[in-house]
Amino acid sequence: MNHDSPLLTLFGYFAMLSLFAVGGANAAIPEMHRVAVEVMGWMTDRQFADMFAISQLSPGPNVIIVTLIGYHVAGFTGAAVATAAMIGPTCMMAFFVTRFWDRFKHARWRIAVQAGLVPVSLGLIGASAFVLARAADNTVMAGVLTAATVVVAFFSRINPLWLFAAGGVLGLTGWL
Amino acid sequence: MSDPAAPFPDASPPDASPPHRPPLSEVFLAFVQVSVSGLGGALPWARRMIVERKRWMTAEEFNEAFALSQFLPGPNTVNFSVVFGQRFGGAPGAFVAMAGLMGPPLIIVTMLAVLYAQYGDLETLGRILKGIAAAAAGLLIAVVAKMAAPLFTARWNSAPLIAILAFIGVAIMQWPLPYVFLALSPVSIALAWFKR
Repeated sequence: MNHDSPLLTLFGYFAMLSLFAVGGANAAIPEMHRVAVEVMGWMTDRQFADMFAISQLSPGPNVIIVTLIGYHVAGFTGAAVATAAMIGPTCMMAFFVTRFWDRFKHARWRIAVQAGLVPVSLGLIGASAFVLARAADNTVMAGVLTAATVVVAFFSRINPLWLFAAGGVLGLTGWL
Repeated sequence: MSDPAAPFPDASPPDASPPHRPPLSEVFLAFVQVSVSGLGGALPWARRMIVERKRWMTAEEFNEAFALSQFLPGPNTVNFSVVFGQRFGGAPGAFVAMAGLMGPPLIIVTMLAVLYAQYGDLETLGRILKGIAAAAAGLLIAVVAKMAAPLFTARWNSAPLIAILAFIGVAIMQWPLPYVFLALSPVSIALAWFKR
């Protein structure tokens, strides 16, 4: 085994990280930063921040930042390898756990586990929302925009893309 | 059918299969749509598609499936696509949902990666992004509020307390998420066990 191969390092690292990333990609961001910038020296701080911004800008799950890191390290192959490592093992796990889970649909322990996990999960998503809002709202106007979005999204079924478009235009024209 | 007054109806009453099994192509397209609209995380869009538009799951079923996805390690929405897909169509369903969710962003982000490697200057992009980020945070807060509604009208009274403790632990105290999760889950499960 060649430990200098960046592809092997990418694969091993992200496969491992994916299995420890309870709470999703946003929870794993600080750990990715530590490894990519400080331990492996793959990129600078600024480059990492840019990649995080691009991953937020691009649609889809936030985990897509690993594709960017992979591309930066080893081109197209790196992007593919990092992404596969990050989602492969956990998808397999999710698949088999769900099958197992559904077999005990009416077991008392399963109902208790499921009912017990819902409020924990909800609190954690709430925390992500809080952390994201704190990161995004460093001006009063940005805070107002966030609050307005909460109200509109809660009380109407307007397509949220319009809210993003409005936010993008306000940002571009320097209101925030 | 779930009783809206029940806190955690056994989301699927005996021998209930989902109301109808959508064809795989429809599942794929739904997840493609979730993924291409999913700026700032796919959760709000997944809920909008599956609960509000397609009505493939009730609000409670969605919360439970999402809680399972979150309990599993790895990216939540990707896990969710697998959980959802496997439930509606076994292995092909899981693959199709996951591919729909991951395919378009992979293509888009790879193009962005190439552009970034070429130009690397994101000044304008950064300004636009700032506005989008503020709106995205607001959207996520609204979704959390919607998901929390059944919890706070439930008869199982410790649920809101657990949710608030999880929130405080991670958001305010900034404790590592796995610790908070591992500490609160057994307590919450035990409370649910004895409540029933």
